[in-house]
Amino acid sequence: MQQQKIPKELFEQVGGNTTDSEKISRPSISFWKDVWMRFKKNKLAMTGVVLLVILAIMSLVGPHLTPYNYYENDLMSANQPPSGEHWFGTDELGRDVFTRIWNGAQISLFIGIAAALIDLAIGVIWGGLSGYIGGRTDEYMMRFADILWAIPYLLMVILLMVVFEPGLGTMIAAMTITGWINMARIVRGQVLQLKSQEYVMAAQTLGANTSRIMAKHLIPNTMGPILITMTLTVPNAIFTEAFLSYLGLGVPQPLASWGTMASDGVAALQYYPWRLFFPALFISLTIFAFNVIGDGLRDALDPRLRK
Amino acid sequence: MLKYIGKRLLYMVLTLWVIVTVTFFLMRAAPGSPFSGEKELPPAIQANLEAYYGLDKSLFMQYVDYLISVVKWDFGPSLKYKGQSVNDLISEGFPVSFALGMEAIFLALALGVLLGAVAALRHNKWQDYTAMIIAVLGISVPSFIMASGLQYVLAIKWSVLPVARWESFAHTILPALALASTPMAFIARLTRSSMLEVIGNDYIKTAKSKGLNSTEITVRHTIRNAMMPVVSYMGPLISAILTGSFVIEKIFGIPGLGMHFVTSITNRDYSVIMGVTVFFSVLLLVSILLVDIAYSLIDPRIKLADKKGE
Repeated sequence: MQQQKIPKELFEQVGGNTTDSEKISRPSISFWKDVWMRFKKNKLAMTGVVLLVILAIMSLVGPHLTPYNYYENDLMSANQPPSGEHWFGTDELGRDVFTRIWNGAQISLFIGIAAALIDLAIGVIWGGLSGYIGGRTDEYMMRFADILWAIPYLLMVILLMVVFEPGLGTMIAAMTITGWINMARIVRGQVLQLKSQEYVMAAQTLGANTSRIMAKHLIPNTMGPILITMTLTVPNAIFTEAFLSYLGLGVPQPLASWGTMASDGVAALQYYPWRLFFPALFISLTIFAFNVIGDGLRDALDPRLRK
Repeated sequence: MLKYIGKRLLYMVLTLWVIVTVTFFLMRAAPGSPFSGEKELPPAIQANLEAYYGLDKSLFMQYVDYLISVVKWDFGPSLKYKGQSVNDLISEGFPVSFALGMEAIFLALALGVLLGAVAALRHNKWQDYTAMIIAVLGISVPSFIMASGLQYVLAIKWSVLPVARWESFAHTILPALALASTPMAFIARLTRSSMLEVIGNDYIKTAKSKGLNSTEITVRHTIRNAMMPVVSYMGPLISAILTGSFVIEKIFGIPGLGMHFVTSITNRDYSVIMGVTVFFSVLLLVSILLVDIAYSLIDPRIKLADKKGE
């Protein structure tokens, strides 16, 4: 047996290169980047985002694209069908519907977003405190919310609108007076879950006070459900605005809101159907956009659906 | 169970008290006297009228009187329709609204479950997409616009169904459909997602491997188990139908309670607004309690207990 000698050059070091194995092959992504990546893949939700961006831009630019404004009457050209001169036609006072639609977009979007923001502010504070303090305080705060919660929402809104002077402020106030409870309940549920986590205990041990723990630890971690609830509050408010306008409790003339335009359109439907068509189209598109964005967010934030 | 129901009833009474109190004071705070629309009345008649309606007493005494009469289920006279009491209006209008509401609830449940089931069984096929487009439409279009649209196309343009009024069964189809559209869409989406979840379960696989045919699996296992979210939607469904009836009854000229309510809003007929609000609230609170109890009876996994500290 002849033993063959293997030359040293044939040996090669395998492994042991610690610098390479510790390298992170993919860029690290934060939670929100991950959510955004999944959200982007949802075509329907992205359609909603694009729609909303267009609507928002048009609500600012749209009124200036025509030589008309939303309040000036021109009885000589009342109830005209859509044409080169009046793109969406005119209403019974000869006002240009195209211009009014985009002014209405401002009002409807403002109502929706303002209602959502007020709900957010009250709901987060109430729900957050209730969940974090716990015990008897939580019991009382939630019982109070429960009783308000059981009051039929639309009935209460209608009552308030009957009694107080109609206007944007009244409408938003009426919507938020019981609207915040949903948000408060969701935040409370989340906070109850989160407050027993170790990082909260660590923060407490380090001497952080309640407001700091709430603002820095608890609220940021409940952002997901809060965001979903907000996106679903907006279409609800727009819906309610349209409903109230139909009952004659909408914003006063000559302000153009989609709800008042649609309810005027319903009255004129038999002879001038386009007067209902355009406000109806834009109300529906907006509600659609917010709904698909809300659904998309829910899917993107759901860890069970993560691949 | 009994303890739970007792507690719920207690809260219901408390909520009702809040509603009655709030409505009472809101209506008293409303601008204008109920008789301000008429000509200048001689002071004696004015005083007589106020005495008749109990308006000469102090606000607190009026409130106590109102509480007592609500407990006795007597909402007093209407301020605008002379000689008619709010109770008359309710007993006249409610049966009509009830019939319309029941038809709408039936339509919403039947069509919604059907659409949702088809969508789930044909997941990611054209049937799924069609069903979900219908559902999205139903959610995005406010009911009064849906109602006017249906009225315009089916009744005015094609003359297939009557335009308005409340006479025969044909008259009920359009309003019930319009009223059902939004809840139907919600039910379709609920059914679809909960069926998709159920289809993935092991017991469906077991049923398949036992050799059951697919109809039997769908009917006996999938749909049955997927119904729980739909049952829990019954409460919101009832309240959606109820508030939806305001506009639908107005559009189709149906003499139901919803229309009386809307008319009383336009007329500022405060005693009718108050009475109908209280009536609707009782109706809603009781039906939601019933739904909760039914829910626990259907699903043995749910125990009616204090939900504290969940």
